[in-house]
Amino acid sequence: MPESTTSPQTARARRGRPRSGLRSLWKSPWFDIAAIIIVVVALMALFPSLFTHIDPRDCDLSKSRLGPEPGHLMGYDIQGCDYWSNIVYGARTSLEVGVYTAAISFVIALVAGSLAGYFGGVVDSVISWTSNVILGIPVGIASLVILYQFRSRTVWTIVFVLVLFSWAATMRYMRSSVMQVRNLEYIQAARGLGVGPWRILGSHVIPNAVTPLIVMTTLSVGAGMAAEAGFSILGVGLKLPAFSWGIQIALASQDGNWQIAPLLMFFPALMLGLTTLAFVVLGESLRDALDPKARR
Amino acid sequence: MLRYTLRRVLLMIPTLIGSTFLVYLLVFLIPGDPVTRLAGGEKRLSDSTIASIREQYNLDDPFFVQYAKYLWGVLHGDFGHDFNGNSVSTLIATALPYTVVLALTAFVLKLVIGVCLGVWAGLRQGRLPDKFNLFFTIFFLAVPGFIIAYFSQYVFGIKLHWLPISGVQAGFPLAFVMPAMVLALETASPLARLSRTSLVDTMRSDYIVTATAKGISPQRIMWVHALRNAFMPVVTYLGLSMAALLGGSVLIETIFNLPGLGGTLARAIDTQNGPVVVGVSIFLLLFYLVAALVVDLLYPIIDPRVRHA
Repeated sequence: MPESTTSPQTARARRGRPRSGLRSLWKSPWFDIAAIIIVVVALMALFPSLFTHIDPRDCDLSKSRLGPEPGHLMGYDIQGCDYWSNIVYGARTSLEVGVYTAAISFVIALVAGSLAGYFGGVVDSVISWTSNVILGIPVGIASLVILYQFRSRTVWTIVFVLVLFSWAATMRYMRSSVMQVRNLEYIQAARGLGVGPWRILGSHVIPNAVTPLIVMTTLSVGAGMAAEAGFSILGVGLKLPAFSWGIQIALASQDGNWQIAPLLMFFPALMLGLTTLAFVVLGESLRDALDPKARR
Repeated sequence: MLRYTLRRVLLMIPTLIGSTFLVYLLVFLIPGDPVTRLAGGEKRLSDSTIASIREQYNLDDPFFVQYAKYLWGVLHGDFGHDFNGNSVSTLIATALPYTVVLALTAFVLKLVIGVCLGVWAGLRQGRLPDKFNLFFTIFFLAVPGFIIAYFSQYVFGIKLHWLPISGVQAGFPLAFVMPAMVLALETASPLARLSRTSLVDTMRSDYIVTATAKGISPQRIMWVHALRNAFMPVVTYLGLSMAALLGGSVLIETIFNLPGLGGTLARAIDTQNGPVVVGVSIFLLLFYLVAALVVDLLYPIIDPRVRHA
């Protein structure tokens, strides 16, 4: 360990004030680009009318698959609807799947991981065993089979299936991170002072152990969005008349549509690819800023 | 070694029963008639078909007996029959070779890309190869595999005519290059990262410092002392990812129209062929679990330290 050669004082001086890592985020241009992409997509999801005045359901079959023209930046889809407004309205569903899945997994992993890591014993055995069983199942096949059973699927159906298989991996990170913090001196000091277990867990252990979980959660948003599209391509995802980038990619992939009009595939794929990339860059930047040990 | 094997096999049983039971439960215990659900809803079936399906899945027995009988059949290689009377086992047997060939090709490509990139970056830490490695891993970690698949179909298939867009008519190397490459790129990122971190960590350890102090040449330290130890975590990861590749890549097989297990599953979902969906997915679950088991059992042979854990 090269770190042990420096004395504690110089180490402390170099580390500076806590949270100074977060400020270094703003210096990275990659982080800025990622943040801008996410803000724009979030605005699209919340206020689609800011980006387009064309009704995505106002279609003209005679314009099916026509290329871009003035006022219609991305041309028309198979039904002859304006593609740009379809893409704008598709942002909400795609982002919803990614964000809800990540958020719910975060809460489950936070609670289950803290309980398992801090209390150990029977609680730990039950939670760890359940997560091991889930981690042993190949996710892709299992989620296909489950989704196949639902005749009508909403955003929440997709989120449910994704959460079912994604909480286990994040829970493991939280658990091991809590187990590391649990035995540190300041926790023992708090215990010695007579602080109750729930208070220790809530105000001392979790705030110091949650960093890897936040990073994992940010990284997983893009994966949820990609899964939504993957399900649509395989025919077990959302269907028309809903709007989502996944549905647009799936429709373009059917019957060789995109081989005739490649732009039908290009635009939703570009939006989805940029957004998932942005979330991964954001997660990686957060990891660098919050977790100096991983910075090598 | 025997105790380790035994414990590992016993650990697999709950997962095996749990996952097959989940599939079975979903299909047969949800309210409504399982026969119509297997047929995908509004399809009209003759009375004799309904009777044969009820008999095939033992629907007149209590639920647990149904499941036990089905699992018993599966363990004897009988996955039932679909609505056209085709044996699901035969279907699996014809599809399996494509999946195995795809998985092995992807595995080799991924190994070469991931390890080379990781070692190169680890040796030139902080310099250009390292930055390229970071860019590569983030890009392929983030961008969904199907986007890369469609993109390469467009560039190499439609524009350049180098490779067939989809299907297996072109035979082994040509038809499998693109799907295997996409699978490899999609999964090489964690491997490249792990190789890099592991190599950097090993190069910092005390015994490498000792070897340097003794005056051993950097090349010899690298090839004889560092690489072997650096690759221990890499081998573990490779094993697990091999199991995942064999477990089928439904999406890639569908996009490239390969008649492997994943493609068969997707087509069965598309045509709402319930018995095939149940049979193929249970087979894939079992296949994945056994592959993971074999990898775990092989690991102590590579790394003797595991035997005492």
